[in-house]
Amino acid sequence: MASLEDKFEESKKLGLQIVRESEDDRLMTLSIGPQHPGSGHFRFTIKVDGDYIVYCDPDPGYVHRGEEKMCEYRNFIQNIPHLERPVIHDSTNITYSYSLAVEELVGIEVPRRGQYIRALASELNRQVYTLYWLAIYGIFLGHSTMFMWPTGDRELFIDLLEALTGARVTHAYNIPGGVRNDMPEGFKDRAIRQVRYFEKRLKEYEDIFYNMPLFRQRTEQVGVLTKEDAVKLGVTGSVVRASGIPYDIRKAEPYDIYNELDFKVQYMKTGDSFARSYVPFLDMKESCHIIEQLLDKMPQSGEVRAKLQPNPKGPAGEVYRRVESGRGALGFHIVSDGTPKPYRVKMSVGSFRNMLALPFLLVGQRLADMPAIYWSLNYWPVEADR
Amino acid sequence: MSGENKEQPKKPATPPAKPTAAKPPVPAKPPAPAAAAPPQKKEPEPPAFEKGMTDQIKKRFGDTVKIVFIRPRRIKISVEPRDIVEVATFLRDEMGLDHAESAGGTDYPKDNQIEMMYHLGSYGREDLASHVLMLSTRTGRDDARLPTLINVYKSVEYHERETFEMLGIYFEGHPRNDRFLLPEDWADIPPLRRDFRIKGR
Repeated sequence: MASLEDKFEESKKLGLQIVRESEDDRLMTLSIGPQHPGSGHFRFTIKVDGDYIVYCDPDPGYVHRGEEKMCEYRNFIQNIPHLERPVIHDSTNITYSYSLAVEELVGIEVPRRGQYIRALASELNRQVYTLYWLAIYGIFLGHSTMFMWPTGDRELFIDLLEALTGARVTHAYNIPGGVRNDMPEGFKDRAIRQVRYFEKRLKEYEDIFYNMPLFRQRTEQVGVLTKEDAVKLGVTGSVVRASGIPYDIRKAEPYDIYNELDFKVQYMKTGDSFARSYVPFLDMKESCHIIEQLLDKMPQSGEVRAKLQPNPKGPAGEVYRRVESGRGALGFHIVSDGTPKPYRVKMSVGSFRNMLALPFLLVGQRLADMPAIYWSLNYWPVEADR
Repeated sequence: MSGENKEQPKKPATPPAKPTAAKPPVPAKPPAPAAAAPPQKKEPEPPAFEKGMTDQIKKRFGDTVKIVFIRPRRIKISVEPRDIVEVATFLRDEMGLDHAESAGGTDYPKDNQIEMMYHLGSYGREDLASHVLMLSTRTGRDDARLPTLINVYKSVEYHERETFEMLGIYFEGHPRNDRFLLPEDWADIPPLRRDFRIKGR
């Protein structure tokens, strides 16, 4: 800025007739998305001064489905399949939260084996989601190996979920009362074998991606979100954990059998893009650990689902339950008026909360750092829109 | 919405028929315990910690704050719109509820009111990590206006914007009460109001 002023003054001294353009002409407006491959189904408008971003305005809604409205037209069971659509890669965690809320409303208890199996399914699904996200993060930082590897290794968990639930991506497996069906024969051995293999792969990920100097240069000290700002913006999941707040719903408010498991909340203190991309990686490691524990501690036999009445309904009232999904806390607030259809369903999703950090972090950064910041927010446009 | 239309012809035909046909013979018992069990849990003994929290709020505000329910880890309080900023500031500064997880509204045409609710949580206080306090207020449906909480909780910015377009509540003091998730050419009533009907349903 100052140099431009100086030049202007200088030119006046020299008697040159330079017409000064308006301040706005310095800025160029860029529309990123919704067709931009790097944005997902999401648009944000940015203004750049040179290559510094000075303004950012997110414009979500390209995949808004009106999930909350649709819930009002269907009964508690019919709502399950369409509710997983916002994040099909993490469908089990969405229905997990919904099932917990409906169970509390209707007043049913899930059998212990059912609790273990659905925690197992949700951990497997978390891996699928995180790998998918990591693949996208890799390709947008120009690292095509990091696109191929997680996409390939994701199949390990998709295959396990297919054996468990019968579907590859959208499982509709967690239902109010437990899970749809029991574990197949020989699942435990297969799962342990594949998880052990995956743990070896994670070491290779670290070598080729996280320890690579190029990746570190692009992400370290880029888009730093301090602890205070993270609290103020109310971000969640890996974003808040990367800023030094060890907050994970699995630990903070353990649901089902999570209080019987031994695991640590992974967090980092730097709050930059590197921390935001490394925390999900640490989570994946921890998840492998959790999966093995779940398989070991699981009761060998028993019911997996509590019987529900055909068209379940609870008393008039409100419940709010949340779980830790791949993108942070995922809560369902259900208002019931005593009929079999919910009166109002409010989804509180991580992506919508983390979106607030996007303009906050982008302003003042270089345009070239945009992908490194945007994807590190673990933002899933479809979930934010609902 | 065009996607939904495909399902619509068959669905209304089955669900309304089934409950009436299946209900009378089979579940004579299940509804009764289901309806009776949760209130028993809620009403008689509010947990001590949560009771302590509400007592603290009551001590400060007296009858201004109405306690809707106290359950394990969940508290819901209700205030008048004119007090909401003051109560929210108190909750943030004195009680350690440092961020709002989400905010959203519910339409109650029977009372001619819309309820706005904020889910408040805490990152700072470890003993509050599992708790969610719901701060709610109500406004009339015809001229729905509420003061914004954006100056207390920055994190409600997008949630309030969403509520503006989904339920038509105008947030006084909010910098942007405008289109967010819906299409730019949306020309209907706010869709989360109860009198908005999905086509064909």
